[in-house]
Amino acid sequence: MWKARIEIMLKKSVLDPQGQAVEGALHSLGYDNVRSVRVGKYLEVDIDGGDKEAAGAQVREMCERLLANTVIEDYTFTVTEVQR
Amino acid sequence: MKFGVVVFPGSNCDLDAYHAIRDVLRHPVEYIWHQEESVAGFDCIVLPGGFSYGDYLRSGAIARFSPVMKSVVEFAASGGLVFGICNGFQVLVEVGLLPGALYRNTGLQFRCQFTNLVVENRNTPFTIAVEPGRVLKIPIAHGEGNYYADAQTLRAMEQNGQIVFRYATAGGEVTKDANPNGSLYNIAGVCNENKNVLGMMPHPERSVERILGSQDGLVIFESLVRYREGLR
Repeated sequence: MWKARIEIMLKKSVLDPQGQAVEGALHSLGYDNVRSVRVGKYLEVDIDGGDKEAAGAQVREMCERLLANTVIEDYTFTVTEVQR
Repeated sequence: MKFGVVVFPGSNCDLDAYHAIRDVLRHPVEYIWHQEESVAGFDCIVLPGGFSYGDYLRSGAIARFSPVMKSVVEFAASGGLVFGICNGFQVLVEVGLLPGALYRNTGLQFRCQFTNLVVENRNTPFTIAVEPGRVLKIPIAHGEGNYYADAQTLRAMEQNGQIVFRYATAGGEVTKDANPNGSLYNIAGVCNENKNVLGMMPHPERSVERILGSQDGLVIFESLVRYREGLR
């Protein structure tokens, strides 16, 4: 079985209101050296069968169709083999 | 003119839209359950506000795969009138019938308030009954109405008259302070290239009677009727 670990982040060109709020909170806690916080999503998806390449292709397709909105978001992922 | 109001699990402005059309506009209207596979027989499909599928993943992201949306996309492609309000607007951008995307408001607040809208294009089926220069007072209620499109898309939309509503002051001035959610260009509503699909974050169905504090939303529904009658 394959485990995909998917990160979805707002594109650099898109303002991240959540990231800004978190950054402000960190500054107010005294972490003055903190710069440009971005908040994203993390998903884990287990995929049965096939080889690594097929699992990766499927994850890419799922990101394009549903998991990410590529108008505003970028996605990256890794695929590793795991024991069932 | 017969309206259909799509009901997704989690829609919560479906009754408001139904009431506005049946009791105020006085036109036939029926609910369309999201599992329906046909929208035949309707002249205008309304995608109402709410939190379809709990807004899980992204607003509108899961609703766009509802069985009914396939026929809504076909209906739109054949020139049918499709009107997305709030969550319905989010569904329309997710399904690709409208350009751009809607995401978290700057300021992160859920904004529930009246807004003033200038009508940038009165030559659409949704705005033909709006008098020149009229500013529409229509409420918003959303946490994710921050409109984004890349610069190239925005330019094309502007040239093609697809930016239909913008947040403004009561006097019709488009200012930063009048922008409740951080939308680029103060965008409150947009249409597709063919002008038969429109999405807007403000709720015209919630401003159709004096008791609601504004009747300015009614002119959008009246525009649809006038447009439809003009086709006959």
